[in-house]
Amino acid sequence: MSIRVGQAAEAPPFQKAALPLLDDTQLRKNVRHATNVITRKRAAVVGEQHDWQQLRASASAIKEHTLRHLDRYLEQFEKNCTAAGGHVHWAADADEANRIILDLIQQQGGKEIIKVKTMTSDEISLNPALEAAGIHPHETDLADMIIQLGRDKPSHIVVPALHKNRQQVREIFMREMGLNELGDRPEDLTTAARNYLREKFLRVKIGFSGANYLIAETGGVCVVESEGNGRMCLTLPETLITIAGIEKVIPTFRDLEVFLQLLPRSATGERMNPYNSLWTGVHKGEGPQNFHVILLDNGRTRILSDQESRQTLRCIRCGACQNACPVYRQTSGLAYGSIYAGPIGAILTPQLFDMQHAQTLPYASSLCGACYEVCPVKINIPEVLIHLRGRVVREQQSSANLEAIGMKVMSRIFSSRRTFESAQRLGRLGQWPFVSEGWVKHLPGMLGNWTEVRDLRPMPAQTFRTWWKNRQKQKLKLEDSPGTQVSQKPGLKENHHA
Amino acid sequence: MRISLFITCYNDTLFPETGQAVVRLLERLGHQVDFPLEQTCCGQMHYNTGYQQEAMPLMRRFVEIFCNAEVICVPSSSCAAMVRDHYPKMAESTGDTALIQAVNNLLPRVYELAELLVHKLGLEDVGAYYPHRVTYHASCHSLRSLHLGDLPLRLLRKVRGLDLVELQDVDQCCGFGGTFAVKMGDVSAAMLADKIRCVEDTRAEVCTAVDNSCLMHIFGGLHRLRAGVRTVHLAEILASSEEGAGQ
Repeated sequence: MSIRVGQAAEAPPFQKAALPLLDDTQLRKNVRHATNVITRKRAAVVGEQHDWQQLRASASAIKEHTLRHLDRYLEQFEKNCTAAGGHVHWAADADEANRIILDLIQQQGGKEIIKVKTMTSDEISLNPALEAAGIHPHETDLADMIIQLGRDKPSHIVVPALHKNRQQVREIFMREMGLNELGDRPEDLTTAARNYLREKFLRVKIGFSGANYLIAETGGVCVVESEGNGRMCLTLPETLITIAGIEKVIPTFRDLEVFLQLLPRSATGERMNPYNSLWTGVHKGEGPQNFHVILLDNGRTRILSDQESRQTLRCIRCGACQNACPVYRQTSGLAYGSIYAGPIGAILTPQLFDMQHAQTLPYASSLCGACYEVCPVKINIPEVLIHLRGRVVREQQSSANLEAIGMKVMSRIFSSRRTFESAQRLGRLGQWPFVSEGWVKHLPGMLGNWTEVRDLRPMPAQTFRTWWKNRQKQKLKLEDSPGTQVSQKPGLKENHHA
Repeated sequence: MRISLFITCYNDTLFPETGQAVVRLLERLGHQVDFPLEQTCCGQMHYNTGYQQEAMPLMRRFVEIFCNAEVICVPSSSCAAMVRDHYPKMAESTGDTALIQAVNNLLPRVYELAELLVHKLGLEDVGAYYPHRVTYHASCHSLRSLHLGDLPLRLLRKVRGLDLVELQDVDQCCGFGGTFAVKMGDVSAAMLADKIRCVEDTRAEVCTAVDNSCLMHIFGGLHRLRAGVRTVHLAEILASSEEGAGQ
């Protein structure tokens, strides 16, 4: 099954994409600063929540339960949303979703839409699809707007412009808004954004949003945000179109209690999101009178069918794993060639998209486990990464590669004491061409990546097991010779060699 | 107590002094150490890199060799975590009930060194003497898989002569990550640079940890930079005594 993936398909492998980013000192400073600030704030508000671990367990259980009965809850949502005056559409993939959205906009004769932050619309490359049809999408989330105006790519799930600082934002605003003067204080930048956006909020008749939660019990939709720009898009236009991945459904209204505590604390280090918008269908004389929801599959049922990696679909897009990830913190999200970056991106992207570079993403982790530790829905990301690595290895098995051969040989070596001990002897003999003045400073092939910045101590003259065997022999000898006491600290002297 | 040592393949081959220190330490504490010579590797590298099939026979091998041990000591938190976190699932996938049972029976007897000393043997002061300025790097597996918490620090605080200095960003990965260090060499190097900066800021002469894999990585960078800091496994510090004159 091939899925449309927009520009992401041509992304280079992670290790290549990371190189220019590692050299971008401004970006690294920005990312380090932003992730440090959010991580600190998160730790403070998580620390004050005494039942944090129980909340995580509840959220994880609710999501697991929902995923097991996804068909039932989705149909329940459709029924209740429709009864409340909404229209529900089902999209199997990105193309179908884009077609439905385009049709809905064209039926209204719309030429522009105002958008609430939605990762899912980026997943299906909605903006390029609309622009190709002559429709202009205006991003209204401040960070998304910065990305759109700067013709940049999002680098974070929650804070897409995290890699830009105030001075860079100022430059983009001045250039794109045609301003002659602008300060770089937060209030200068938000005032410029407000002036730029307010006119659009009042003029454009079609709003577009993602969804944080779909509530099966009521047919309601929930969107949380920080700025209030989302609230404008959700209430002012005549038509509202919402797109949501099918995993966004939760069974009952009451379940929100758990998620509305976990999400803001995990995402932005806030106790509560400043804006929590909840609406159910259409209300006469109030808000949009024409409401559509598109339920998007786009590879999700395929993930659901894999028992090992199904937990990926619990994700509530908080971005805590990105802020905690030591790999993400060095490269930003731009190295992942996908809107879903960081640890969650490293497991979600290869499962959603058939992209060549996605094969490298499960390896873009040192398996340090920081992501799992902070995940509010307890996705064991390292476990899924290892599972996906296994899939990559199996898929590449047909082509003989050095790594696979090496791994197979190593496995054979470890399969018996005899082969292991022979390999230790051979290794010690074979290492001499690489040892100079007592150190290994250059290794061939892929191992050269190690010696590029790190020295390596050569294999010592004696392995542990040789030392042990000699020591046992000595012990026996001592025990055999009459009148000699066995030393209390046998082999002590030998400990200080090498 | 009769303690069976699982030295791990890389300690056996590359860091024999760590194994020797474990033997010296445990014997000094009055225990009997046993080293089953048939042991090789736990299979971590294969498993974590995606070669799960190749790791299977190594898991079976480990279980066969150690199933009758009274207590198993593993001076490497990542190998101990491999056994504890992944063996049950691996055994389960075979559907072999005898193997599943054997793994379940074995796990409660597997101890990382600091766990063995503090939890099983109830010790913090092991009578060590080490007159050096030392900083402790908490490896990821010790922190987030085994949840060792401050066990290694409690042991270090009781070492006479040792000047323990806190490492900034102690919970951050050093960038080793097994094959990650070569597959993603540049990102790994960037992570290492951060770690080295923190180590150097401590002005310590020794950086210690419960994993020689992380230490090999950190020392690889420190030595290339001629930073004048050496890395020493926790076991070697704990095994040092006044008689041995410290290392």
